[in-house]
Amino acid sequence: MKGNFVKILAIVAPLLALTGCEFGTKVVEQVGPRGTGQQLVTDKSGMKKAGVVPPPPYPLTPDMLQGPRAGVTYQNVKVLGDISTDQFNYTMAAITTWIAPPEQGCNYCHNPANMASDEKYTKVVARRMFQMTQNINANWKPHFAQVATGPGGTAVASVAPAGAGVTCWTCHRGNAVPVNHWSNAVADPRGIKGNKHGQDTPLQSVAYASLPYDSFSSYLSGQEQIRVQDTRQLRNPGHVVPISQTEKTYGLMMHMSQSLGVNCSFCHNSQAFGNWAISRPTRVNAWYGIRMVREINNSYINSLDSVWPANRRGPAGDPLKVNCATCHQGIQKPLGGYHMLKDYPALSGPTSPAAAPVTATAPAAAIPATTAMAAPPAVVPAKPAA
Amino acid sequence: MAYQNIFTQVQLRGVLEPGVPLSPLNEPRTPAGGYSYLMGKLGAAQIGPLYLGRLGLASIICGVLAFEIIGLNMFASVNWSPIQFIRQLFWLALEPPPAKYGLKILPPLAEGGWWLIAGAFLTASILLWWLRTYRRAKELNMGTHVAWAFASAIWLYLVLGFIRPLAMGSWSEAVPFGIFPHLDWTAAFSIRYGNLFYNPFHALSIAFLYGSTLLFAMHGATILAVGRYGGEREIEQITDRGTASERAALFWRWTMGFNATMESIHRWAWWFAVLTTLTGGIGILLTGTVVDNWYLWAVKHHYAEAYPSTGVVDPAVLPGAPK
Repeated sequence: MKGNFVKILAIVAPLLALTGCEFGTKVVEQVGPRGTGQQLVTDKSGMKKAGVVPPPPYPLTPDMLQGPRAGVTYQNVKVLGDISTDQFNYTMAAITTWIAPPEQGCNYCHNPANMASDEKYTKVVARRMFQMTQNINANWKPHFAQVATGPGGTAVASVAPAGAGVTCWTCHRGNAVPVNHWSNAVADPRGIKGNKHGQDTPLQSVAYASLPYDSFSSYLSGQEQIRVQDTRQLRNPGHVVPISQTEKTYGLMMHMSQSLGVNCSFCHNSQAFGNWAISRPTRVNAWYGIRMVREINNSYINSLDSVWPANRRGPAGDPLKVNCATCHQGIQKPLGGYHMLKDYPALSGPTSPAAAPVTATAPAAAIPATTAMAAPPAVVPAKPAA
Repeated sequence: MAYQNIFTQVQLRGVLEPGVPLSPLNEPRTPAGGYSYLMGKLGAAQIGPLYLGRLGLASIICGVLAFEIIGLNMFASVNWSPIQFIRQLFWLALEPPPAKYGLKILPPLAEGGWWLIAGAFLTASILLWWLRTYRRAKELNMGTHVAWAFASAIWLYLVLGFIRPLAMGSWSEAVPFGIFPHLDWTAAFSIRYGNLFYNPFHALSIAFLYGSTLLFAMHGATILAVGRYGGEREIEQITDRGTASERAALFWRWTMGFNATMESIHRWAWWFAVLTTLTGGIGILLTGTVVDNWYLWAVKHHYAEAYPSTGVVDPAVLPGAPK
């Protein structure tokens, strides 16, 4: 008997070791013609939970939208000047709980002796981030648009063209700096010592493969060509793409897959990754997402340039930037697709031009702190999921 | 139950077998070393005699140099940290030169120069070892089947690391040395060229590879199953079929209506193995040099099914698309 047990163990144990098991029930959804492997495999127990959405600091009633404009009431209001003073205060109260460290509150961005002053860099950044959020919500709707697919992934109809949009909370989740960010990799040394050639390192951002890990600077702030496959069947001199560039694209795709908790076939038909006509509509969302992230990084983060202090910069000296994980945090729809924006109309527009960021200037005329920031809301921000 | 055992069941002991006399052109071989019980579990129990010779020695020196260059480059890449060297070993690599150097003979050592040197030594080592297998077979008045089967594997190796990069005009097209890096290279290679599964030579290579394992399993099982009748004396039974051969043949005729012979099974097995890397090498050589997108090629030639469109349009072609 004991011998049999050892034999069975000897057979079963290597099999288990070989499978690379992820225990838990898998749910398989067919999203394309059968036999093409277009299946979304999700491990329900291993899926990241959607982050908690904090309630508004207090109800925003319709009559609060009336009354004097914030730009009249307060000085040096450059972005939210057109909303009512009440709504301005409401919005400020919300972002304080979303972003500022609790022990600092309003003072994280403001000089309490002069609320209008731009002397703290955080206020300059926050202003630019308001413009960014408004721009995302007003101009990047294609990224959020939901498209439905019929059986076989054929029918394409936009069912929710507006989508959920974003608020500051979508990324920040109670942190002054969103947990998931990136900055340029430090240049490799000239010799072989410590030289990884920008790859061959087990990192989560490339799904622990040995792929190049600095895809972000090429594709998410740079505008290098992501596409690698030829659209013609035979070799032609006009299409020269080395394997190294393919690996860099592969690295970016691994990041996207990890960030959304999905596999390749969530967007692609893996029999022909580059072919749009047999891709899923979600690939269109992703395509706009990449362009959106480029604009965020270049027009809203890199453009603040000297505003960023050293502790908001990466080892190569560039500011911390966003990628797909910054918002998505491991799930397909950030915050489970919850329409948080509906409670914060100030963040949905108007559109601000992407260019010419408002940079730090000399402090404005001193204005005593008014009642604007009087009552810090009692909501304790939840810890982000990842 | 003995015939089911993975280990050899019979070990011989006696006077050590020194081998046939060698012609005067040969160097002396090392004397036979003796018997090893443990090695006898896997193969013949006699260790030696070994014939190293000049070719063997040169091959080993080149191989060790290549191994050391690769290993030391990996070691250096983790700042000579032994712990990180072990922890990250599967990720580490000696990468080929970047694309900008094209076919430059010796780019800077840290930018692929060492890769070229290591590759040259490794190739020299493999070719010298091939010559050795050929020479030793000749000296024993054997056929050179082993050497030509080995040559088929070398063909694939050379296509991947030398011939195709030459045809593409860049060393950067070659494979890095490293465990995961060469696997990632393989995946990227398939993606870049429109999915290698639509490359018919890749398909042939897979068919021969899987066919090799199937033939090997069928043959090994058949011979072990008739071992009690002396079935392992296969070659004698090509011309002098004994009851082992008859039973084995009858078994396959009963189960599939047709049987191999003691001769044909070995010819099939050899050709399947040889064709695996032969067709594979052809498939790699055509990739990027002739065909740039295997999926589109396969659809055009009705080798792959074109599925109905999902209606998704490339957003980059829409007017006013963001960059």
